[in-house]
Amino acid sequence: MKMLRDTWLMFQRYLMVFLRNPAWVVIGVLQPVLYLVLFAPLLKSLTETPGFPSGGAYNVFVPGLLIQLGLFGASGVGFGLIAELRAGVIERFRVTPVSRFALLLGRALRDILTLVVQSLILLLLAIPFGLHPTVSGVFVMLGLVALIGLGMSSLAYAAALALKSEDSYAPLIFTLSLPLLLLSGVLLPLQLAPEWLQHIAQANPLSYAVTAARDVFNGHGADPDVFKGLAIMAALAVVGVLVGARRFSRAIA
Amino acid sequence: MIETHNLRKTFKSRKGAVEAVAGVDLDVKKGEIFGFLGPNGAGKTTTLRMLSTLLPPTSGEATVAGYDLLHNAAKVRYEIGYVSQEGSSAPEVPGRSELIMQGRLYGMNKARAQQRAIELITALELADCADRATKTYSGGQKRRLDIGIGLMHLPQLLFLDEPTTGLDPQSRARMWEEVRKLRDIGTTVFLTTHYLEEADALCDRIAIIDHGKIVALGTPDELKREVAGDVVVVGTDDASDRVLHLLRGQPFVREATVGDGLVRLYVDRGETAMPQILRVLDAEGIPLASLSLNRPSLDDVFLRQTGRSLRDAA
Repeated sequence: MKMLRDTWLMFQRYLMVFLRNPAWVVIGVLQPVLYLVLFAPLLKSLTETPGFPSGGAYNVFVPGLLIQLGLFGASGVGFGLIAELRAGVIERFRVTPVSRFALLLGRALRDILTLVVQSLILLLLAIPFGLHPTVSGVFVMLGLVALIGLGMSSLAYAAALALKSEDSYAPLIFTLSLPLLLLSGVLLPLQLAPEWLQHIAQANPLSYAVTAARDVFNGHGADPDVFKGLAIMAALAVVGVLVGARRFSRAIA
Repeated sequence: MIETHNLRKTFKSRKGAVEAVAGVDLDVKKGEIFGFLGPNGAGKTTTLRMLSTLLPPTSGEATVAGYDLLHNAAKVRYEIGYVSQEGSSAPEVPGRSELIMQGRLYGMNKARAQQRAIELITALELADCADRATKTYSGGQKRRLDIGIGLMHLPQLLFLDEPTTGLDPQSRARMWEEVRKLRDIGTTVFLTTHYLEEADALCDRIAIIDHGKIVALGTPDELKREVAGDVVVVGTDDASDRVLHLLRGQPFVREATVGDGLVRLYVDRGETAMPQILRVLDAEGIPLASLSLNRPSLDDVFLRQTGRSLRDAA
């Protein structure tokens, strides 16, 4: 009960902080929009390539783009936490009786809300280009983005608390997020990849999310891959929250 | 209000273990302003962070605000307020929101938190800036807001880590006033400082800490009285070691230390000691650069206990 109340308080606080600078919503959407405008048209001529999934360029590309939005959006959240560490805000909260779990969850929920709003904006923008969304597809898609947001932002907060400085946090997330992106099949479907690359990609949890997102947007909503993707993202979220909560409850020297 | 026995904190680093706090025994009474005086790196902040539940002690025992610190930190947190050296407010959030948030975290409902925030904004004279983002605050305003945040839930005990470091003299005097007001309403204050004047003027009792150990404890007057008598400071050009050697053996000198090219002599009566000092130096042909007679300060207490001046040690 106290944990829920504290989480709600933290969520409100961070939402307020975020809304005081709403430009971040736009900046977060801008990058995927550039992909939509400047990259997706290249795929149109590839749709006839053997191995390219059916459903049209945008129905194949946009689901992946949303997963990418989730990955990049969540991995950057640690910067705000490091700024707060420096301002002494985190230490101040740690002296209060606030639930340690709420310190993490309140923030992560704000991040999820941000990602969901950004995803909806991106989906709407993609329709004029030729995306044909389905209601169930959108729901599953948002579920995947929310789970990625919870898992990845929790891990990002854990990393930020451990490193305590932008100078080591920034290289870490840039180094990690690029291979995660390349091995997820967001840019081009992994069906086009040589076998060895496909094997490596199997170790990347995000590749399952991309497969699931694509299936659900292209008429394979009941495919076991969809459940597999959701289950793996749920597992990622649980692991992320456990790691993050552990970090928040440990003393910061 | 605070009782500790042999409280210790050891940090492990690549170079080995560093004992930041090496067995501290404290007994802080309800309603007093207790000062922890020492140079930077003496273990003041580490002790404060242990007592305010931020850092688990390596060993020892402590009772804070009636609860066992090691086994009941959650209970301790409801009773204490903590104001860190680094500040405590987010730059983009208005002060009033920070105050209300803090109250809510201690279980206040919205109306109660808003009302308490207004009380503090009035008492700390923050009305002009309460609804602006804290990044626009002056140093003094920011520090007053930090204190307000620490006081939101009416704690019995308030920890202040270097409350006036970095403030101009006017804001410092202002801060002292606020701390005294807290004592008037019965709040116990535990503060750290490396300013001698602050410890002297503000604190009811002081513990002087150096290298993680308490070297002296008492009221400022008691501590100064322990030094006893007067302090005569002798300045020479490059002969301070010789002067120390010569005068240390004199029957009227109780103790002598050297630092900064100055020899400090602790004597019972300065008026009679000065002519004798002059005679000894004259006989040896040592030219005198300066000679002054002082009442003992807390720095003399520190110097006597540690062999260093607090001003240098920082």
